[in-house]
Amino acid sequence: MRKSIIRTGAVLAGVLVAAPAFAQDLTFWSWRQEDRAAYEKFIETFEAANPGITVTFETFEAANYNTILSTALAGGTGPDVMMVRAYGGLENVAAAGYLEPLTTETVPALADFAAPAIAAESMRSDGAIYAVPFASQTQLVIYNKALFDANGIEEPQTWEELKAAAQKLKDAGVIPFANGTATAWQNETVTFGLGSSLMGKDFYDELMAGTTDFTDTRFTGALGQVAEVAAEYFPDGFIGLDYPSAQQLFSSGMAGMFIGGSYELATFKAQNLDIEMGVFAAPGENADDAKLVALYFDGGYAANAAGANKEASIKFLNYLASKEFGQAFADTLSNISTIPGVTFNDPLLAEVNDLNKSSIPYLMLAHFRYGEPSGSVMIQAEMQKLFAGETTPEAIGEALTTGLAAWYEPFKK
Amino acid sequence: MTGRGLWITALIVPPLAFVALFIVYPIVSAFAYAFFDWQGLRRLDFVGLENFHTVLFVEPYRSWTLNAFKNNVIVFFALMVLQNGLGFILAYALWRELPGARFHRIAVFLPVVLSTIIVAYLFKLFYHPLFGVVNISLKGLGLGFLAQPWLGQSGTALWSIIVAQAWHMVGFPTLVFLAGMQRIPGEILDAVRMETESEWVKITKIVWPLVAPSATIVFTLLFVGAFNWFELPYIMGGLDGSPFGSTDVLGLYFYRTAFGNVSSGQQDFGLGSALAVLIFIFIALVAGVITTRLRAREIQL
Repeated sequence: MRKSIIRTGAVLAGVLVAAPAFAQDLTFWSWRQEDRAAYEKFIETFEAANPGITVTFETFEAANYNTILSTALAGGTGPDVMMVRAYGGLENVAAAGYLEPLTTETVPALADFAAPAIAAESMRSDGAIYAVPFASQTQLVIYNKALFDANGIEEPQTWEELKAAAQKLKDAGVIPFANGTATAWQNETVTFGLGSSLMGKDFYDELMAGTTDFTDTRFTGALGQVAEVAAEYFPDGFIGLDYPSAQQLFSSGMAGMFIGGSYELATFKAQNLDIEMGVFAAPGENADDAKLVALYFDGGYAANAAGANKEASIKFLNYLASKEFGQAFADTLSNISTIPGVTFNDPLLAEVNDLNKSSIPYLMLAHFRYGEPSGSVMIQAEMQKLFAGETTPEAIGEALTTGLAAWYEPFKK
Repeated sequence: MTGRGLWITALIVPPLAFVALFIVYPIVSAFAYAFFDWQGLRRLDFVGLENFHTVLFVEPYRSWTLNAFKNNVIVFFALMVLQNGLGFILAYALWRELPGARFHRIAVFLPVVLSTIIVAYLFKLFYHPLFGVVNISLKGLGLGFLAQPWLGQSGTALWSIIVAQAWHMVGFPTLVFLAGMQRIPGEILDAVRMETESEWVKITKIVWPLVAPSATIVFTLLFVGAFNWFELPYIMGGLDGSPFGSTDVLGLYFYRTAFGNVSSGQQDFGLGSALAVLIFIFIALVAGVITTRLRAREIQL
């Protein structure tokens, strides 16, 4: 009798210890509703290699994702693994202590990631990494190959050539640039997608070093030139043109160029299967100025610090950081994976990946979204004013510098 | 307790509990949120009136608050004319049974039934700078110089949205005023007809004073609506009140501050709640004053 009690006890204890290994259900939250099918494929691959772990993929509306996520985490009903934003958006969630800090010991693959990618998913205060970065986005100029060929236009090497190309399109009755600036965030895209090479890497380095600020003529000069091109070569009434209409103008072939992110490529292809596109970095003043694109990281995969299945979550994160996943991610989702060593079948993506080698960070997102007022909100509003002729580039430089001084230490005097 | 007492308790307690749980509790807790420091959704220390001070007196919040408030005031007065004023005139025309009154009674009220989202997108298309019906019509009439990027200019954006709102809701005050006019007894009207033929005198001396109860309702609701305005500017101007804050209103500003937007990434429940509390107190006070003042001039028929 006694023996059987001990035996039963031992079996029960064994079951208790082994129970998590039997059935580990992970929930995985994302804002990428449109990528559901692809993610379910990735998850199948993972589950096949890791019997005993199942992953449920759940998606939420992108615009309110951060709110939904932080509410759930605060209430203790958060997911095990989740997509998180980068930079300031990450800090919002990570600063409250909801995310499991990652190290190269728990996720060894992180050691090989590029430093800017890691920085995007780290918190500034403790330097710890909180997520595996998943994709980079590049702000550049996308053009319609057929329209360029029909009008004998080559990818421009100087700012003058860019204007000449736009003029040629205009003379041919084609809208040179499809962009509109009624949607606030598009102003930031246009500014840095077109102006990064004009601002230059030196300006960026000095700004980061704290030896210059936004009143620098390299910055204000670039804003002036961007506004000049916009006034001349953007659609009629572009300040009242919203983002979806601008996309339609380009994908329908009514416009020759679109200043935007590499994420637009997939959208344009979906809107018009026949469109042939090319990409280039907006040029600087002279042909030998470095042609820079504005680069940033989209977000990452993080684990819940209070999750019940942390071990399985880390296992899943390791899969999400693997080259195998990165390759599948790049192939199915047409995105630039941040995982080193991934190759791109799509020639356009391969080109974007090449352009990324000469880049500066997408300035406001990467460095100036950590306080109020955010640099992004300010540049968006100020550029709208500039496009409407209600301010000057110099006044913008002044407004940005004094506005950001509210929380950005190097600007405090 | 007697049977009757039990019976009354059983009837009163459930609704009282419902109100306490779903109305009183959220309002009180929102008030409480405003007195704490927040990091994302994590509550930190008690900070007293710090949050109120920040949104009212510290830059950049101060100018954002003032700008949004100013726009709400413009919206209120503009809609008072375009929505309530027009509503009164329409109601009078319908009441006098001008030709086609039966058709127009329905036509005027129809937009009210439409979802705000639909109205917003519809007007966004109307105002489209390239393909919008407004600009195309202007160009067709040879008035191309009047064609504007309506939603992209600080001078026209807010007014464009106000017009959309007035079109959407003008049927509501019309209906309320019409109901008020139909309650005016026939004897009074007959008596007036003996005195004067002037429509103007009839409107100012008889109809307007006698529809005072309708005016009270319509004015108060408009006031509350104008200061809680959110859907139309959100869809047509965006969360930032594009362009550069010219369509920013308190509702958008509150949402941005409390929940953050993609371009700022900051969420601050403390400041957001402080704003919400201020908006609530302001609306409650002024609506209270408006109601008592307007009630005083109502006449019992």
